Formats: sequence, C-alpha cells, structure tokens
Amino acid sequence: MTDSVRKTVRDNLKKRYRAERYFRWFGVISVGFGLLCLVALFGDIFSKGIGAFRQTAVELEVFFDPDVLGVSASAEEAKIRTANFDGLYKAVLRERFPEVTTRGDRRVLYRLLSTEAAFDLQALSMANPDLIGQTRKIWLLADDDVDMYFKYGRSGEQVGRLSEAQQAWAEQLIAQGAVKTRFNTGLFTNGDSRDPEIAGVKGAVLGSLFTLMVTFLISFPVGVAAAIYLEEFAPKNKLTDFIEVNINNLAAVPSIIFGLLGLAVFINYFGVPRSVPLVGGLVLSLMTLPTVIISSRASITAVPPSIREAALGIGASKVQVVLHHVLPLAMPGMLTGAIIGMARALGETAPLLMIGMVAFIIDPPSGVLDPATVLPVQIYLWADSAERAFTERTSAAIMVLLVFLIVMNGLAVWLRSRLETRW
Amino acid sequence: MNASTLVLVLIAITVASYYGGVMRSQALARPLGGIKHLSALPSYYGFMAVTWAVIPALILLLVWTIYEASVISNMVIALLPSETASLSEGELGLLYSRIANVASGIMQWDTLGEAYRPAVERMIELQTFTARYKPILVISLAVVGALIALKMVSAQWNVRYPVERIFNILLFLCSGIAVLITVGIVFSVVFESLRFFGEISFFDFVFGTQWSPQIAIRADQVGASGAFGVIPLLVGTMLISIIAMFVAVPVGLMSAIYLSEYASVQVRNIVKPLLEILAGIPTIVYGFFAAITVAPAIRAAGEGVGLEVASESALAAGLVMGVMIIPFVSSLSDDVINAVPNSLRDGSYGLGATQSETIRKVIIPAALPGIVGGVLLAVSRAIGETMIVVMAAGSMANLTVNPLEAVTTVTVQIVTLLVGDQEFDNAKTLAAFALGLMLFVITLGLNFIALYVVKKYREQYD
Repeated sequence: MTDSVRKTVRDNLKKRYRAERYFRWFGVISVGFGLLCLVALFGDIFSKGIGAFRQTAVELEVFFDPDVLGVSASAEEAKIRTANFDGLYKAVLRERFPEVTTRGDRRVLYRLLSTEAAFDLQALSMANPDLIGQTRKIWLLADDDVDMYFKYGRSGEQVGRLSEAQQAWAEQLIAQGAVKTRFNTGLFTNGDSRDPEIAGVKGAVLGSLFTLMVTFLISFPVGVAAAIYLEEFAPKNKLTDFIEVNINNLAAVPSIIFGLLGLAVFINYFGVPRSVPLVGGLVLSLMTLPTVIISSRASITAVPPSIREAALGIGASKVQVVLHHVLPLAMPGMLTGAIIGMARALGETAPLLMIGMVAFIIDPPSGVLDPATVLPVQIYLWADSAERAFTERTSAAIMVLLVFLIVMNGLAVWLRSRLETRW
Repeated sequence: MNASTLVLVLIAITVASYYGGVMRSQALARPLGGIKHLSALPSYYGFMAVTWAVIPALILLLVWTIYEASVISNMVIALLPSETASLSEGELGLLYSRIANVASGIMQWDTLGEAYRPAVERMIELQTFTARYKPILVISLAVVGALIALKMVSAQWNVRYPVERIFNILLFLCSGIAVLITVGIVFSVVFESLRFFGEISFFDFVFGTQWSPQIAIRADQVGASGAFGVIPLLVGTMLISIIAMFVAVPVGLMSAIYLSEYASVQVRNIVKPLLEILAGIPTIVYGFFAAITVAPAIRAAGEGVGLEVASESALAAGLVMGVMIIPFVSSLSDDVINAVPNSLRDGSYGLGATQSETIRKVIIPAALPGIVGGVLLAVSRAIGETMIVVMAAGSMANLTVNPLEAVTTVTVQIVTLLVGDQEFDNAKTLAAFALGLMLFVITLGLNFIALYVVKKYREQYD
C-alpha cells in the first residue's frame, strides 16, 4: 500500500472517529435533555408549591366582648352559634389599630384577616362558652394577600395586592412577633373556596376517589372478562378480529372524544346527572377499558399452556380451567395493568371538562351521585384563578396528585415483583 | 327505598340464592349417597340459582331506570295546555324543569299557572308510582327467579352445561362492549355533526378561513353571525404538533439509540424508567408548567433579543408537548431498533464500519418503517392532546404559522365550546361535535397508516 493511500485512510479515520464521538455526544445530550426536563418540571412544581403547605397566622388579643357578640357566656348553644363573630374579629382589629378611624380605611384593615377568622372564633366559643367576656391571645388565619406578603413579599418580590397601608400594618404586626406560619391543615380538610387561604383539596380528592371507584368497578371486571374471552374462548373469525381491531383503535382515540361520547350518550340520552362522579367514572372506564383489556390479555398469555393442559387432562372443563387455574395465576398481572390504567384515569382532565365536572363545588361529595370535581380539574380551576396565592395552591395540588400517582405506580411495581410468577 | 339499599338487597338475594342452590343440591344428594351422585358440582347449582335470580331482575332495573325519565316527561308534556305546543325545544325544557321543581316541592305552586296543575299532579303521581313499585317489582322478580331455579334443582339436571354457556355469553358480551364504545363514539359525533351540517354548509366548515363561533342567543344581539371555518384551527393544531415533533423526534430517537446501542445495562436500567416517568405525568401538570413557567420564560427570552412574543405562544405549548411525547417516541423506537436482527449489525462491523456508521447507515434504514409508524402515532397523540393547549395556547383563532404568536387548536375549541351552558339546538354547541368528528377521523386515519407501516416492516424479518 502506498503512503498516500495510508495517509488518506488515516486522515479519513480521524474524521470518522470524530463523527463517532459527535454522534455519541448527541445521544448523551438527548438523554440528558429528557432527564433535565424531568428535573426542571419537578423542581419547578416543588419550589412553587412547597410554600402552600405553610400558612400565615396573626396573633391578636381577642376580648370576647359580650356587647359585640350580642350573647353572654350563659347563653344557649344555638344563640352562641349565631352570635356576631364577624363583628368580633373586626372589633379586635379596630382595637389593635386605634389610629385607623375612617370607614374606608377600616374596611381595608379588615382584609388583613381571612373571613375564616370569624368561624375560628365561633368554634372556640362553642367549645368553651366561658371564653365569652374574657380576653385571650389567639392565632387567627391571615388573608391570602398577607400570607403572600409575609412569605415572599418582604424580600422585595412583587406579589399580591397588599396596599401600602396594609403593608405598614403587617410590618407592625411582624415587628411584634405576632405573625408566624403554621402547617396548612386546611389544604387537606377544606373543600374548594373562592378565598385561597381556605381553599382545600378534600372535595377534589374525594371526588377523584369516587370517580376512580366507579371506573375500577366497571372497567376491571368487564376488561378481564373481555380479555378471557378473546384469549381463551374466542373462535378465530371475522367477528373476533373486528373486536380486536376496535380495542386497538380505542386505545389510540384522544381522550377528549370520550368526553363527547359521555356528553351525548350518558348525559343527553340517558339523562345521568351532570358533574357527578358516576358519569365521570363511566366515561373514564370506557377510556381505560382498552388498556385493561390489553394488559389482561398479556398476563393471560403469560400463563404457560402446560397448566391448562394439566387441568384439562384431569377432567376439568374449559371454564373450570380458566376460573380455577388461569385466572388466579394471571390475576397479579391483571391487577398491575388495572392499577396503571387507574393511574392514567386519575390524571385525566379533558373528558371530565366535557361532562360538567368543572363546576365550583364547595362541599366535598359523600357519594357517587353528589356533584363533585376531581383533582386534575381542581388544578385546572385553580390555575385559572388570578390570585397569586392560587398559583401556589395549584402547585401544591399537583404535588398531592403526583404523590397519589407515585403511590399507585409504586403499588403496581410492588405487586408485580411480589406476586407475579416467572415461568 | 333508595338506589343503594336496592343494590344491597339484590346483593343479599344473590348470596342467598347461591347458598340456596348449593344447599338444596347437597340435600338432594344426601339420600343418594353423596354429591358424586349429582350431575354437576353443587356450586354449579348455586350459580344457576344466581343467574335466575339476578339477570331478569337486573334487566328490568336497567330498562326501567333508563326509560323512566323519558317516559315520565312524555306523559307529563302530553298533559300540558295546548298553547305550549308552539314552544321551542329550549323553552319547553325550561318549562318542564319548572314543573319538576314544583312537583318535588322546591318551588311554590303559585310560580306556575293553574293550567299546569294536571301536569304537575300527573308528575307527582308517576314519580310516587316508580319510587314505590320499581324496587318492589325488581326484588320480587329476583326472589321468584331464585325460587324457580331452586325448584328445578334435581340430581339428573346436568346444570354445568347451561351455566358454562351463560358464562361464555357473558364474556362475549363484555368483549363486545369495545365495539359498542366505538359505535357509541361514531354515532354520538356523527349525529350531532349531521345536525350541525344542516345549519352550516359542509364546504364553509372545511374550507372556511374564519372561525368565530359566537352565535347570538337572542336574535337582536350584536355580532349575531358566527363563522365556522376550520382552517385556522387545523393550521394552529399542525403548527403546535410540528413544534412538538421537532422536540420529540430527535430527542426521543437519539435517546432510544443511545440507550439501546451505547449505554451500559446499569445506565439503561436507571435512565429508561426515569424517562418513562415523563409519560406518566398528567397532561394538566404539563399544561400548568407550560403556562406558568415556560411561556413567560420564552416571552422574556424573546424580549431579550427584541422579538415580540405572545404570552400564549404556540412555541411554549409545542415545546412542552414535545417533552411529553419524548418517552412515547423513544419507547416505540427502542422496540423497533431492538427488533433489527444482530446479523445486520455484525455484517456492518465486519466491513469495518464504526458504531455510529452502523447505526446511521444500517440500523436506522432497516428500522425506518417502524420509526415512521411510531412518529405517526406520536403525531396523532399530539393532535388529540387537550390540556396542554387549553392551558398554554390561545383561544382566539388566528391563521398564522408564526410560532411566536398565539394560535388555537381543534381540541381547545371543543373545550371552549362545550364548557359552560349547553343548548343542543344551536350551531355553537353542535360545532364541537363536528370538530370531534374531524379529530376522530384524523387520529383514526393516522393510526391506521401507522399500524399498516409497522406491520409491513415486521414482515421483512419474521
């Protein structure tokens, strides 16, 4: 071989190796980009939402003034319940800031506290009527604007709509150590509200629970039955081919189409009430059915034929083979598939918007026929709200949703590793 | 009796009839010398009794529940005074709900005229009738069915065959539900779309370049004309999908190549599930991320270089959608890359090719049909994706291909048209179904093509 050829090859080789390195780097960058997006997404949600788990409270000296309340300590319970607690917290604020005298200023002043403060005072007095006429130091829930200001606004960040006067009052309270953050239990025990400081996810979580219950109760039995039929009993003919094509196509139909189906069929034709977990669950079960069928079929095929043959050999009928042997062995795999399907249904929003689960509902549902909303829809509703405090709560609600998803997927993984037999 | 008590009673009857069947057959077998003298196992007699008890009762319950509302409303409307015959569908619906409210005691009598008294009384009468007789009839049917089955139990009756046949039929019906769903989807979107095309011409819909579905509710309202041209929506959908594909295809494909060809087993085992988490995150979360974080960031970046970026730019929605689809593309590509036979790889290495040359010149061409199929499936996902665009893309139709402007998509419009109050007699609501039909047809078409391409490819190596 001449030197020139050798040189060409060597130079060429250098170029080819360089291309190889670039290609590899491109691959690394791609994987890195995917992982970076994951980290950015979680980091963003976490950093935005973590603040919502703590909530600002203001300590005030409350004189349970019988004159303001209009009841005395010896009054009966019903009287105390309807006493003027709204006036009480306002009177307390007036007393705390005596320099505020005009009507307009006072109205601004009252907005330092959440309207929930009246209910807190009411609950305290109901539990202990002797309080009336006494003076106590009590931590009361602050308004969401004060909350935002105390948590973020003091570092110069522009948040919320706190006026300068309000900021001055808030600073005064902070200087005296009368403002602190405490764990936001209301986030988990309250229903939805227009006031961010008392809005909670309980209603949405219960709604999701009822909806998923309906989804599971319909899609799991039907999906498993369909899978058994297609794997074990179906003759190979045009009809079963058609069914299979249908199942595969349904798995790829956009979820919003199922919402249209639910609206036209369940609500318009059958007259199922809107906004209830029953209709949400029905729609989601139609959507998850293909997933359940496909994963159930996979776990039925995974049961080795020798088991079937052995059972048939000792005189079991086809149905007995399936019910006594194939089904129990395939059950862990089927459950795993169903849980993954449920996890998808839990995060699904679009079809539920179509069937009216976007209503503003304060009371948590107590059954499948109560109007309700679900977690993802609650997130959608809160994300649409203008208040800065809702952005924080939206992220917190997303964190709750993600925790549920992680638990469900973790359960599926655990179930698979624990119960599934490898043949 | 409310619905849940009825269900509980039915469950109790089910359990009772099962044990009734089992015990009755055992009792019959005892004088004969044990259950080996029965024609079937005792549990089969139990199942037979359950079948007799539950199936007719459930059918009655279902039919009654489904038709109850419409039968009552027809009978009540027939009793309305004659002048209501000229009312439109919507007005009649309002009147009917007022009657229902009076009947249930929510509203007072005086809110309705005396002329409606027979209708209201009829309604109360019918409602008390179904409330009283529905549970009674359903439960007695269940009990009678169970008793008949128990009466029929005999040692000679080989009940296994009918029970297994019924089991088979039930399974078949369950798998038929998939077909029913498809039929339901097609019918619901097609019927409403046909009504829509009765009002708006098909060509105006498909070729129109104006989309402003605000139709006046009252005739004298300003801006009463609606325009239903779907082109701006399609262009918007395509724009966002293309942006998404620009992110998802290179990243997804290269990740799949890197993880299946270069990465060590340990790296693969860690990174692959991590990437798949992206697919498990609900789309609402992506939507929030796009609207709150990505869109402002892009806007700020655009301002930094002197570009005018809309706050609901197509770019933000498209980028985030692309991230969502990465794992979808990468797992589909992974499958097809792994399906390429090793002999092709070995042959290429044997000729002296480097690893990247093998991948680029041998593996990718061999896997191309599968990859194309996967990309098509991803496109159909992007077109049907709703929440990201609802939250991060605009809601005003805007015929443009500039990714920095706000565009709207088919799914966004379906949501905006259908969320809130709906009357099924105006073109605005029906338009959503026409859009749904279009979406269904497009995604179905893409899926068919994708599956066809993939299938064709598979035949090469099997």
